[in-house]
Amino acid sequence: MAMMSRIFASPAVRRSPALRSLLSGLWLGWQIETNWANPIVFITYFIARPVASLTILVVMYSVIAQDILGTPFFAYVYLGGALYLLAGQIVVGVSWVVIEDREHYRVAKQIYTAPVNSYAYLLGRGIARFAVSVLSVSITIPLGVLVFRLPVTWSAIDFPLLIVSTLLGLIAMAALGVIIGSYTYQITRQAFSVGDTLNGVFYLLTGAVFPIELLPEVLRPLGYLLPSTYWLELARRALIPQPVAFQAISSLNTETLLAILAGMAVVFAVLSVVVFIWSMRLAKERGVLDVETNY
Amino acid sequence: MSTRARKATGITLFWRILWARAYPRIVGAWREKDWLFFETVVPLGTTAGFVFVYRAAGAPPEFAGFAVLGGAMTAFWLNVLWAMGSQLYWDKDGGNLELYVLSPGPLMAILVGMAVGGIFMASVRAVTVIVVASLLFNISYQVSSLPLLILVFLVTMAALYGLGMIFASVFLASGREAWHLANLLQEPIYLVSGFYFPVSALGFWVATFASVIPLTLGMDAIRQIIFSTQSNIGFLPVETELILLCFLAVILLALAWYSLRKLEEIGRRDGRLIERRR
Repeated sequence: MAMMSRIFASPAVRRSPALRSLLSGLWLGWQIETNWANPIVFITYFIARPVASLTILVVMYSVIAQDILGTPFFAYVYLGGALYLLAGQIVVGVSWVVIEDREHYRVAKQIYTAPVNSYAYLLGRGIARFAVSVLSVSITIPLGVLVFRLPVTWSAIDFPLLIVSTLLGLIAMAALGVIIGSYTYQITRQAFSVGDTLNGVFYLLTGAVFPIELLPEVLRPLGYLLPSTYWLELARRALIPQPVAFQAISSLNTETLLAILAGMAVVFAVLSVVVFIWSMRLAKERGVLDVETNY
Repeated sequence: MSTRARKATGITLFWRILWARAYPRIVGAWREKDWLFFETVVPLGTTAGFVFVYRAAGAPPEFAGFAVLGGAMTAFWLNVLWAMGSQLYWDKDGGNLELYVLSPGPLMAILVGMAVGGIFMASVRAVTVIVVASLLFNISYQVSSLPLLILVFLVTMAALYGLGMIFASVFLASGREAWHLANLLQEPIYLVSGFYFPVSALGFWVATFASVIPLTLGMDAIRQIIFSTQSNIGFLPVETELILLCFLAVILLALAWYSLRKLEEIGRRDGRLIERRR
């Protein structure tokens, strides 16, 4: 708290309403996500779910093939599943923030009337969810190395590629999250389903746990439109020196993938601002900005 | 001339309240087309993902059927967690719980009504997922005995919703943590109950401990019945699993009745039964 007070008191933050709103959303989101239980329960919660998700995949593959652990294909699946935790959280997280503020805490109107930049605030809340998921991923990947013979070694990790691709991916995916969150404002009774539905669809389309080439041809282009598809491929390349090669995305070199992801970050960032402004205006006109359905 | 309304008491009152609480769920499942869309698309995405995982690993076609069955059965587990376990907590939050408590009807009838309506809602979702996914992925089933399949399903539901009623009391008592408890009980239960693979793959002891969740034995039995051409996929023989499920149903329903009484007693004593906290 003392550290946050110092950050909020710094001249750069005091001068910029957008930065102040972003940090407020980030701080508030972190508190909401982490302060509901004591640290032991919290850590158990954030380990149990992702570890269980990934172990389901491990068992599924082990039922079919005996010696699949440690193979490049297993690494592809395991890392895809682990990293998708981050992508899923930030893409659908903002949608949940809208529902929480509007339906659960019932503070949507207070936030709207407060002197905050609503876009930056939502973005901050989404990034907070991403940050919490980083904790999960930072546990599940070492666990994969220790228990499931995941071929990741500290010395072989391409940290510059990992950091650059994650920053670009974070911008693009957070912007996509704001677009979905903006759309959530327009939905009342089924709003809580929007995030989960899209999370399931994106999980399928990005080819997180299987090669995207297995999808029907008609669905593949949709996967190519998602930034998480490119970020997952880049992050895999950064973590494993020789990731298993498939066609399509894998046939592109790293520089091309980075360029595509950077382009997507710009396009989604601009689009998210436009969609957010449009959605807020429409939500006011329709009177659904602070609607409580108790649904 | 006015006619006096006959006051319902005892079993009649229980029966009427049960259907009154089940009614919105049964009617709602048909009236809201958008609900049906979201309820089927959500599990289809993940289910299709698991089907592709099996295909990527070169598994026999029946394994895709395991993933579809698991995806369909998540409807019941999610319904138990969110529409049974968390429901009283949400009712308290929305102000309905105090009306339930003030009404002359027993809370147990409301819980049973929630369960009946919940089974209907989840069945609509599960059947839709099975039909759509089976057509999409060309999955065929070899049912060894339809009466046995129906019996196993009904007993599994009785036991499962008994567990859901226990959750309702526990989650209500746990307040803000209810949300996280329900979340926590998703993927770990999918894993230990063998939603997407035969539970026997986890080994005897894990499968035994996981059998306290009725879906573990129920799904294992259903899998053996509808994929009868696959040998050695079962944890226990179907007949044994059915007997164990009957025991579970009796025990869990009795525990549900006891835990609800206890919760009401503690809630009234501490003045927290209708207290709202966020």
